[in-house]
Amino acid sequence: MNADLHSQLIALTTGVLLLTAVLQLWQRSVVGSIRLLVAQGLALGGLVAVTALEASEATGIVVAIVIAALKGGFLPWALARTARLTRVHDGLDPGARPALSLLLSVLLTTVAYVVSQPLVGSGTSPALKAVPVGVALVLLGFLILLTRRTAVSQLVGFLVLDNGIATVAFLTSGGLPITIEIGVLVDVLVVVLVLRVLTVRMRHLTGGTALTELRELHD
Amino acid sequence: MAALIWIVLGTPIAGAALAGAFRRADWTRFVPLVAAVMIMGCGGVLIAVTRASGAVVAGSLLRVDTFSAWFLMAVGAVALIAIWGGTPTREQRREEGNQGGFWALMCAFLAAMTLALVADNLGLVWVAIEATTITTAFLVGYGRGRQSLEAAWKYVVLGSVGVAIAFLGIVLIYAASVAGGEPTLSWLALTRPGTVLTPAILKMGVGLAALGFATKAGLAPMHSWLPDAHSQAPAPVSGLMSGVLLAVALYAILRVQVIADRVLGPGLFRGLLIAAGLLSLLVTALLVLTQRDFKRLLAYSSIEHMGLMALAAAVGGRLALAALLLHVLGHGLVKASMFVAAGRIMHADATHDIGDVVGLLRRRPDLGIPFLAGGAALLCFPPFVTFFTEVAILIALAQGGLGWVAGAAVVLLLAVFAGLARHLLAMTMGGPDVPPSPATPARLRRTLPLALALGAAAVLGFVAMPLSGVLTDAVAALTGGR
Repeated sequence: MNADLHSQLIALTTGVLLLTAVLQLWQRSVVGSIRLLVAQGLALGGLVAVTALEASEATGIVVAIVIAALKGGFLPWALARTARLTRVHDGLDPGARPALSLLLSVLLTTVAYVVSQPLVGSGTSPALKAVPVGVALVLLGFLILLTRRTAVSQLVGFLVLDNGIATVAFLTSGGLPITIEIGVLVDVLVVVLVLRVLTVRMRHLTGGTALTELRELHD
Repeated sequence: MAALIWIVLGTPIAGAALAGAFRRADWTRFVPLVAAVMIMGCGGVLIAVTRASGAVVAGSLLRVDTFSAWFLMAVGAVALIAIWGGTPTREQRREEGNQGGFWALMCAFLAAMTLALVADNLGLVWVAIEATTITTAFLVGYGRGRQSLEAAWKYVVLGSVGVAIAFLGIVLIYAASVAGGEPTLSWLALTRPGTVLTPAILKMGVGLAALGFATKAGLAPMHSWLPDAHSQAPAPVSGLMSGVLLAVALYAILRVQVIADRVLGPGLFRGLLIAAGLLSLLVTALLVLTQRDFKRLLAYSSIEHMGLMALAAAVGGRLALAALLLHVLGHGLVKASMFVAAGRIMHADATHDIGDVVGLLRRRPDLGIPFLAGGAALLCFPPFVTFFTEVAILIALAQGGLGWVAGAAVVLLLAVFAGLARHLLAMTMGGPDVPPSPATPARLRRTLPLALALGAAAVLGFVAMPLSGVLTDAVAALTGGR
């Protein structure tokens, strides 16, 4: 792949990643944020494919396809199903504050660029230059987790955070060894499924999925 | 000898499959017991083997040295007490039916902890520690009420996010090793003197990894999930989580610490661990006094003991680390028996309120005596091993030039002591003048695992001398990469 095209493709995929994360914060509808997750998962798969093509690794392409299928397909589908089961699909998250969140996202993205300096400064490749996007995704995922109040939107936050970590992994070192990568994917998958079961149970017990209903344990 | 690693890992996995497949069978409750005995036995044999002929390696991802073998043995011993003590009585089994699914998850939980200890790859350690969260999620939420659901939700979300931070750290450690030409996550390779690691990236990596694993280890300020999860889970699960799961997370921190210290010097981790350790003691000191729930009280006591162990890790050196290893075993055994006893008190008195339980010693000596003895061990009274290890850690801190940390720790430990002792005495002493409930042979039989664990905790301090060779070798395996 020629160097120009490579750096443009990296810029395109990481651009989509960051854009979808910021839009998540703007988005108040639960279904809307799940759709954004699909775009983000596909962009992550694309990014992995670009780094794999650059290193001419055949296994990398397989990983890219698995990631796109899982993070852009299966996981959002599972979330959408949970949203339907628990009947929040037409609802808006009460914790969402679009204007404030957008302001904070600007701040967090700047922070991400500042703290990633040691990483960016260690090389000149276009991949390393894009590392702050991964860090920004981690911080924005955190923000979603902290501010949202329904179970499904917290799950969305967790997945954005996880996508951020995967982005950093692929940009800094072309991904972890394949055995570890598979283990990590399986873990994330099962965590989401576990939380899905808990969400459905929550719906049965409290009649809703608002986490504010769960406030009995404290000191 | 690699077969030993496959056996220790394979037994709980096979147990999980077996108990899962025969969920309705009555015998499934013995399956995790067998797995625990196997882990303890293999751990013991591996200690002897690794001391005699160095680390045992299986494949490219698994490796056991004396340090990990010690932890394996401790996990097996504590699991044996927690599961044996938590075996349901005949009446409970009649009420609840057979719980094969529960025992299958228990085996899977044991398998995940074992994998974390035998992995020679930080990535695999991460996968295993995340797997402990997954397997315990339903165990914590087993009560099916609102409170156990809340505890399970908090536990999974905070646990997974914390461990995700650790994963970001591990990714960066891997990136730091790219400069050497051969990127690796093998713990052995990362600690080898010749391995080139980019310091700036490594610093971020090890910091995040420590922060993430500290969440799982229950160190303040990332401890908020712990009292909820440990108080809501069924007794054997709380015993295992408090007794050894926290220690397994600490094991990961210790492994990362060695990598960091080699390249960055000991300052970074020392600062982090002192802050987390003292803060954990402070949090416990502040919250233990006002506790109303006795299982939460025990959970806070675990935060205290993790804080103490973090201080031991901060100062490092042979004395502190040997004391830490002994403390892991001693505290694990005591905490497992305390949670088992607490579960039985909850069942007998139908309450988890400290205020509702009085005069246990007189009313139910079969519960009161172990509860008081275990409480004394948690308060680090002699002759229990916790006394010796606590003193050793404080001495090591003072000798290591951290006298002010030792001083602060003593003050905070005294505050915790006062709070904990007050509640424990209120529960066991005094009370109305009622005739004691007779200690039937069945009840005495059920006290056996607690007596064994507390007896071991009382004796361990005195056999520390003959054990010193094992402990020294384990410490050398950690710090010297033997």
